[in-house]
Amino acid sequence: MSLPFILFFVFALISVGGAILLIVAREPIHSALALILVMMSLAGLYLMLGAEFIAAVQIIVYAGAIMVLFVFVIMLLNAGTEERTDWSKIAKYAGLPLGILLLLELAHWMAHSLIGQTPANGVGSANVMVSTQDLSMQLFQKYLFPFEATSILILIAILGALVLAKRDE
Amino acid sequence: MEFVTQHAVLVVSLVKIVILLFLTLTTLAYLTWFERKVVAHIQSRWGPYYVGAHGLLQPLADGVKFLFKEDVTPPGADKFLYVLAPFLALSLALTTIALIPFGPATITILGQPTQLIVANVNIGLMFLFAITSIGVYGVALAGWSSNSKYPLLGGLRSSAQMISYEVALTLSVVGVVLLAGTLNFNEMVGDQAGYYRYLPFIPRWHIFPQCIGFLCYFTSAIAETNRVPFDLPEAETELVAGFHTEYSSFKFAMFFMAEYANMLTVSFLATILFLGGWLSPFPESWTFLQYLPAVTLLGLGLYLGYDAAVVARGIARIQLIVITFGALVLGALCLLPAVMAVLQGPFWFLLKVACLIFFYVWTRGTLPRFRYDQLMSLGWKLLLPVSLANLVGTALWIVFPLLVKHG
Repeated sequence: MSLPFILFFVFALISVGGAILLIVAREPIHSALALILVMMSLAGLYLMLGAEFIAAVQIIVYAGAIMVLFVFVIMLLNAGTEERTDWSKIAKYAGLPLGILLLLELAHWMAHSLIGQTPANGVGSANVMVSTQDLSMQLFQKYLFPFEATSILILIAILGALVLAKRDE
Repeated sequence: MEFVTQHAVLVVSLVKIVILLFLTLTTLAYLTWFERKVVAHIQSRWGPYYVGAHGLLQPLADGVKFLFKEDVTPPGADKFLYVLAPFLALSLALTTIALIPFGPATITILGQPTQLIVANVNIGLMFLFAITSIGVYGVALAGWSSNSKYPLLGGLRSSAQMISYEVALTLSVVGVVLLAGTLNFNEMVGDQAGYYRYLPFIPRWHIFPQCIGFLCYFTSAIAETNRVPFDLPEAETELVAGFHTEYSSFKFAMFFMAEYANMLTVSFLATILFLGGWLSPFPESWTFLQYLPAVTLLGLGLYLGYDAAVVARGIARIQLIVITFGALVLGALCLLPAVMAVLQGPFWFLLKVACLIFFYVWTRGTLPRFRYDQLMSLGWKLLLPVSLANLVGTALWIVFPLLVKHG
């Protein structure tokens, strides 16, 4: 058992545990914190794949900016504890079996495709770090159009938020 | 022993971490002394005076006081988050210091080449921002978990303020990143070595081409660390003590230390990005300057010795004699060639940082607090557009010669 192997399981356990905590927690702020935990452990996994820039951006954007807004809104509204209702019938009889089926399918697919193989930049391979320069080369040359299209999409979302906020004036 | 040789990197890092942690915590304690002393003198007072000579034992007394105070948890508080918040604030604030290079990349200590940095990360700047962006949670959670109205308002204010100013803070340093072409701190400082070709007395520090960026950075940094004139999260006239109203004993001390650690980090970062890091502002041919650390310590020793002999009385005199002796021995040690070579970088680095910290305290002693709407409009309507314009200007400045050359 190599160190990356153990670390992978640590991060994976934290992220899955955080995701479960996110759903189970009753206080909205605990759920938000659990989501931050998931984001951070995902950043750890990115780091192990050699994508340090993506890892840092993951923390800055998701854990540092978006989740701060979540926490801010929860604090501002002073949201109380959640009230639990009984499970809905559809979730109980259709959702649960389907979810288990999906999980089994994923496990089956992973067991037959990835075991014994190492991804190009992966956990098992040599310690390759993707430099920020390489990343930007790819982003601004090969994938320039998708990048710009995404930027315009985000800009539209920002403008939409502005229009909604300004509506009553 | 086999373990040590096998995991040399690990052991060296651990040793560095222990030394750095010790030095940082001591510095944090004495920063409170420094701030109280400077603010007192600005306001024509003496400041800490009675505990030890020049009040030098005051931080120690404060620490003991904090340790022995009753640790109150308000009823209805979210216990887990209430305890987590100060730990989060302090540990994140201290973690950033691991990324800071205190001296040149190649230095020999005891015959071994080492770096005066704990973690030399490729994208040091990004990681520093990642850690500081998590730091908001310490304050926000403290405000929320106390189950009390003033902390809640303080926590809300501080999260809004930190989100707002983080944007301007990050944008204002991108200009430097463009100029240096790297996110690594060591390479950034290396990029600032030397002098301008036509003005050979001005070092190539980024503060000169990026003076607007520096102003934006430092203003947002003061807001980001919740200091006067932007200390609205803990405005005592409105919010009692803001987010840490309900905290007592050592948890309160931890918030206090986190604030000072953040001040240090921000000043470290300003020094690395804009002020040439560990580089000396004077030409290398002035070799006599390498005696400066020793001369500073010896001068301090002589001054304190004079103080002990003429001014001080009683126990303070004994303390001063001890400190004098220590300063003189350290000064003599700095005259050893091996020690002198190692100390050059840290000396200039810490000198610049000390100037910035003094500026921080000076601002606190001089400026009144902003109103909340003024704070927000300053951040969004002035600092953000100006730093954005600075970024675009810098990008054009870099690209234009390339366009001319290649058509």
